[in-house]
Amino acid sequence: MGRMRGVIVVDEERCKGCRLCIPACKLGLLDLTSKKVNRKGYPYVQQTNWEECNGCTSCAIVCPDGCITVYRKKTEE
Amino acid sequence: MTKEELIQSENLVYKKPRLLNDTTMHYCPGCSHSLVHKLVAEIIEEMNIEGDTIGICPVGCAVFAYRYIDIDWLEAAHGRAPALASAVKRMWPDHLVFTYQGDGDLACIGTGETIHALNRGENITVIFINNAIYGMTGGQMAPTTLMGMKTSTCPYGRQADLHGYPLQITDIAATLPGTCYVTRQSVHTVANISKAKKAIRKAFENSMNHKGASFVEIVSTCSAGWKMTPDKANQWMEENMFKNYPLGDLKNE
Repeated sequence: MGRMRGVIVVDEERCKGCRLCIPACKLGLLDLTSKKVNRKGYPYVQQTNWEECNGCTSCAIVCPDGCITVYRKKTEE
Repeated sequence: MTKEELIQSENLVYKKPRLLNDTTMHYCPGCSHSLVHKLVAEIIEEMNIEGDTIGICPVGCAVFAYRYIDIDWLEAAHGRAPALASAVKRMWPDHLVFTYQGDGDLACIGTGETIHALNRGENITVIFINNAIYGMTGGQMAPTTLMGMKTSTCPYGRQADLHGYPLQITDIAATLPGTCYVTRQSVHTVANISKAKKAIRKAFENSMNHKGASFVEIVSTCSAGWKMTPDKANQWMEENMFKNYPLGDLKNE
């Protein structure tokens, strides 16, 4: 049986670290960087375990600044 | 499957709308303004009318809206956006003309212009961002501030005997014969964002079809003005704002 695989690409320089996408991800795959910041000084969001992502786009929809791009594909794994 | 195999243009399912340009928005982290900008850009792109759209910027946090969405914009004097929109729509009746205003602009200094433009039944859309506070100037009390809510100019909370009551401008708009569509939405969850998008699209279509004035209120957060984190602000909005500003259509003709 196949499943949906997804991955997000974050525009790190545009992200303001508002954390709204973190509770929006029902699989809990997102977190802010703990040590790195972007040029504006904000910690930015990243996917902690991308292999679990199903590409539901919730994080991208709630992102106020449109920083998240989502790719999704059905696989036969 | 590696990340690189997945990150291919044929697998793309969601990206920032093309009309929202690469300029980083000046809004605070988690601001509802940014999200509504994104929705407006998505809708104009989907309706394929970017060359026939004129937006009217307010004074307030959204004063720089023209820097972020690649359509034609005009900047109105404080509160005068509906009056300017009326003029523009009468000159270009085949264009989509909308105003984008906050509660300080629309419900305070521009109450007269707003009510008269709606009452004349101008074929414009008014997008009203209601966060119950003056965000840009430092969190002062607005006409829409809730009873008991603390702001920098009512530090002990809004009291009826001193400050009066929250202004229900959307309910007033629904009583006017010139309006065809009056709705109140929010953008704090995926489901609400989808409803808000449908509402704005319907309002834009009404304006293009000359059905009368459409009024879309978005109940929003101001995490900086409310002095909360963005997710706390969303919770506070659900618990307090929705009691006074219940979501849903007030008028749909």
